Amino acid sequence: MTTDACLDIRGVSVRFGSLQALDDVSLTVRPGERRGIIGPNGAGKSTLFNAIAGEVMPSAGAVLLRGRDITRLPPHRRARLGVARTFQTTMLCPRLRVIDNVMLSLLALRPVRYQCLWPVGRYAGLRDDALRLLAHVGLDGRAEWPVRMLGHGEQRQVEILLALAQRPTLLLLDEPTAGLAPDDASLITTMLREYPRDVTIVLIEHDMDVVFDIVEHITVLHHGRVVADGAPAEIRAHEMVQEIYFGGAL
Amino acid sequence: MPRAVVAATVVAAGALAALVPSLGLPQYYVSLLTQTWIFGIAAMSLDLLVGFTGLVSFSQAAFFGTAAYIVGIAQTQYHLAAFWPALGLALLGAVGLAAVFGLLALRGEGVSFIIITLALNEIIWGLAYQWVSVSGGDNGITGFVRPAVAGVDLTGTASFYRFCLVVLLVCLGLLVAIVRSPFGLVLQGLRERPRRMAALGYNVRMFRYAAFVLAAAFAGVAGVLFAYYNEFVGPVTLSLDTTVQILIMVILGGTGTLLGPLAGAAVVVFVSNALSNLTQRWELILGAVYVAILLYARDGLVGIGRRLWLTVSGRDPRRPGADSMMRPAASPPAPGDAEREP
Repeated sequence: MTTDACLDIRGVSVRFGSLQALDDVSLTVRPGERRGIIGPNGAGKSTLFNAIAGEVMPSAGAVLLRGRDITRLPPHRRARLGVARTFQTTMLCPRLRVIDNVMLSLLALRPVRYQCLWPVGRYAGLRDDALRLLAHVGLDGRAEWPVRMLGHGEQRQVEILLALAQRPTLLLLDEPTAGLAPDDASLITTMLREYPRDVTIVLIEHDMDVVFDIVEHITVLHHGRVVADGAPAEIRAHEMVQEIYFGGAL
Repeated sequence: MPRAVVAATVVAAGALAALVPSLGLPQYYVSLLTQTWIFGIAAMSLDLLVGFTGLVSFSQAAFFGTAAYIVGIAQTQYHLAAFWPALGLALLGAVGLAAVFGLLALRGEGVSFIIITLALNEIIWGLAYQWVSVSGGDNGITGFVRPAVAGVDLTGTASFYRFCLVVLLVCLGLLVAIVRSPFGLVLQGLRERPRRMAALGYNVRMFRYAAFVLAAAFAGVAGVLFAYYNEFVGPVTLSLDTTVQILIMVILGGTGTLLGPLAGAAVVVFVSNALSNLTQRWELILGAVYVAILLYARDGLVGIGRRLWLTVSGRDPRRPGADSMMRPAASPPAPGDAEREP
């Protein structure tokens, strides 16, 4: 179970001052699995993501990526090892063009990022790859736009595209459909459901329809602890989950 | 404005500027323009940090001034008068100092970065002021002269003017190349969303460090020219006053545009000279102009010019691409024109 897991979190605790954001959290995600993390606001879901992505150092416990201990690695080193993430609030470079954002995602893993004399435009392959990715979500026509001119739904798509562009082994999605109109949300849901299984996906989501549509396994966090863990049907039926998360009634 | 128009304007302006000393203008104006080219390089170097990398640094004068001091000390105390070795030593000094400062200052971010760079600049100033045996203290360093470069004697006002102009254009060309390169794109990403850049796999501190040291090298070039311009170096060269003046040039001209800070340098050099003839309180007036820019035109002179251009040419300034001067404005469709295919 330890070595063939894609992500293995062992007894991770995170403290912010007097707040115990995560308390001895353990969970294991198999390669290719779609895992949902749910829980009420303040349950520690985003903190868990930050601990996996490297933005927060746990005060105890270990994070293993495909058997390798990454607990002390900074975020950029984890990204190189195949961890990609999206943010709860869209985090794109608003003044840069859409294609620049995508090219930055591609450049991050290419040595040419250090090159400082020839223009970006010289790398036709880079531009073509970025345009091809944008075409997947139908945004290639807006490649030259500054990102801030895109609609909210389009920005969410680019947000996810930046993570997918790196062909990660582990993809962390923090509320990918937050604030989206139903049409836009189902666009993203479809995209994720059809995504190849060589990517392991961990998903934080408030929208239960999205969660049950995509994932096959759910971990429930409450007050920084894992309170339930199982298949969606089990979680629906779980008494404690119903109480804390669904407000007693489903 | 299309990139080609900007490039053609720069070339034409450069050619025109080269003719200035032959126009029979009073030497006073040729000198002010020479100062403009020198401070233009310094301001553009700071723009690489402030406008492109998102690092507001207050130690640019330390690199500028250190390079200037090295030129003076090399010639007066070590009889090293030739241009290229002096330039090499001065750049080595500026870059070396930045390599140390960067390690310290980049431990902080935002305001703490500002405060650390400010404090480091003060240390260098204090050193120049008090280490009298090396720096001459308050008296500074005198008694060195402009060298000949590639057989051209720079002693005259006109030849030194042209030399500074050439160096300015070379620096501008290099800086434009840098900001348009993949490395430059990474810097702009850091300006906008450092957290995202780290998540994408960029070593944020390392890229900032590289930008910091690179900017110091350009500031060093400006410092070398400034030492030769005055044939004197004093503590004010690397004082906080100078740092702030360079920063005002950048913000006045418009951050992240390179040409803006050059325009800002022209305004500050000419206005401060004109005002100091009229009143002792010229810094007060310059400060008021600065405040007005911050309140009413945060994108500086370039922003004002851009809006004028868009109004004159009858374009909608809110259109995508309309505001990207350094990039091709390849007329993308207006919002709503294109339908998204699911």
